[in-house]
Amino acid sequence: MNQIQQETSQEKELNKEEKPALLELRQIEKRFGDTRVLKGIDLTVEEGEFVTLLGSSGCGKTTTLRIIAGLEEPDRGQVLLEGVDMGGQGPEKRNVNTVFQNYALFPHMNVFQNIAYGLKIRKVDKEEIRRRVTEILALVQLEGFEKRMPSQMSGGQRQRVAIARALVNNPRVLLLDEPLGALDLQLRRQMQTELKRLQKKLGITFIYITHDQEEAINMSDKIVVIRDGLVEQAGTPSQIYDDPRTSYVARFVGSANILTGTALRVRGQEGILEHASGQAGFRTGARPVKEGETITVAVRGETIRIWPEKHQPQGLAGVITEKSFVGGMLRIAVALGDGTEVTVSRHGINFDYDAGQQVWLEWDPSAAVLVDREDGPGNVPGSGDRPGPVLADREDRR
Amino acid sequence: MRKDRWWLCVAPLYVFTLLFVLGPALYMVAVSFATNRDSGYGFQWSFTLENFRRMLDPVYLQCFYQSFQLAFTTTAVAVLIGYPFGYFMGRLSPRGRKILLFLIMVPFWTSSLIRLYGWLIILQARGIVNQALMGLGLVKEPLKILYSYPAVLTGMVYALLPFMMLAVYSSVEKMDWSLVEAARDLGASPAKAFFTITFRLTLPGLLSGIILTFVPSMGLFFIADILGGNKIVLVGSLIQDQLTRGSNWPFAAALALVLTVMTSLMIALYRRITHVRDLEGVF
Repeated sequence: MNQIQQETSQEKELNKEEKPALLELRQIEKRFGDTRVLKGIDLTVEEGEFVTLLGSSGCGKTTTLRIIAGLEEPDRGQVLLEGVDMGGQGPEKRNVNTVFQNYALFPHMNVFQNIAYGLKIRKVDKEEIRRRVTEILALVQLEGFEKRMPSQMSGGQRQRVAIARALVNNPRVLLLDEPLGALDLQLRRQMQTELKRLQKKLGITFIYITHDQEEAINMSDKIVVIRDGLVEQAGTPSQIYDDPRTSYVARFVGSANILTGTALRVRGQEGILEHASGQAGFRTGARPVKEGETITVAVRGETIRIWPEKHQPQGLAGVITEKSFVGGMLRIAVALGDGTEVTVSRHGINFDYDAGQQVWLEWDPSAAVLVDREDGPGNVPGSGDRPGPVLADREDRR
Repeated sequence: MRKDRWWLCVAPLYVFTLLFVLGPALYMVAVSFATNRDSGYGFQWSFTLENFRRMLDPVYLQCFYQSFQLAFTTTAVAVLIGYPFGYFMGRLSPRGRKILLFLIMVPFWTSSLIRLYGWLIILQARGIVNQALMGLGLVKEPLKILYSYPAVLTGMVYALLPFMMLAVYSSVEKMDWSLVEAARDLGASPAKAFFTITFRLTLPGLLSGIILTFVPSMGLFFIADILGGNKIVLVGSLIQDQLTRGSNWPFAAALALVLTVMTSLMIALYRRITHVRDLEGVF
């Protein structure tokens, strides 16, 4: 398997006509002490893309970003920037800039000096520096803030300075480490739109880290879900949302319900799932499924319909356990016969059923998609959502 | 307690300071303008500038020069050793820091005078240093290290280095290292990042270390007395001499006043040059 990969990458290198990807990570591994943080990350980023690394805390996304920036050396694997191996090249030698999570603005310099820092180091002409700083300040809507010290600014303003300080150097890739994490929800939304606008306008490639799936879906051209030091799935937001490959992705992005049962009948792309509480249709995606096989499917709460009683052959029986109104949606928790909890969401607050009532759940076969099982290959059981020791380690070392 | 009585808590401190700091200082100023009795002990309260005029004698000027010169050199050496030490100490693991802090504190459990006699043993003609040098065959005759300028400088640096190291350490420890990473990310080499970011941000610690070293080194006369023999006479030892053996209190007071004023002026000048508003721990 590895050999085949190596051969194909060698072929690529031989084929000089083909332009190399802007950024490529090959089998990146990294350990801190006894903890294997990255276990072989592969990633390809094309020019002008907005790529989001999505994962829970401790999954290795920040370490991946630091390795791209050159702030950390991988134990194994390669980082290729425009086809050139960056191994052993310090952060100052890479045409990549970072927006740090805590912004890392220089407290002894004003806004102008902060933004001009990178240009000054590269001995850009004074007039040119002035022009470019003024230009970038207009772009992030901070005109007239040149003389301000970082301590005299709000979180949102510091955020903009951090972005301007990185962008003014015209990096090939801009790395953003949870840049909106410290902002309140409203400001977050506003900055999401603004960042996206900036990225479109400048055409600079963004690699963006977040643990917020909504943020990832709203902003990205491509989402890379990272779990426990490995890429779990990479694809467009709709691919990730509509065709999650694993139950982890299905749950992490849009918190889908996961059901396990037996494949009863498979006809082309669709099949029937036999579950303890009844039968339900599912879609195979492109995967081969044998009848009688134990399978796992993911179904989203908003695609599930609730009926008072069975009125068609397919559906699952359950009991309503709880109702709550969250974020403009009514969430109804239903316990199935085997104890599995399914969450159904619907708009509005009008709902005729009460807790304790027997109901019948149905969905279209296309709404439920076959995913890899939790304990499937490449997954370490039970290591998903826990905040790992990695992040804690990193903060200790600061 | 009622809110308007809070000052009762701090009042004793003010009384203490007035009585034991400001009082004696004013008394010293007054005495410096008094007239010494020609014979015997004591002085008369009759105004004179004679005590200050006497200081212009080249012998005494030389004394002031030596004091400042030694203080500057001591401070410079302390910076050269103390800054790197404080820096690396601040970069150690929390455990390593604790161990080093402990090791720095240990000597303070012993009186500084006794530790100074330790140096006497180390530096004397048949002391450890000379035995080592001769053992290695580097010198045939024991070197005369004791009662020389280098011996005094060694003693001064030894006594004041901990203050420099701790002052630097306290500001290195507070450093946000992601700022250095940000500088590197923006294209700065490790050296450039150090000078534009780390050094700049630990400067307050270094500057307070300089003051904590410079000011006491103006007054530490007993080190020069013990390790320097009678070769180096500092203002401090001169004052002590005038108070005891010379029994000329007005002249001693005048010397002390001039020393205090000059040291204060140095600090004021220094702070004006460096523009540092918040020094760590001092003022």
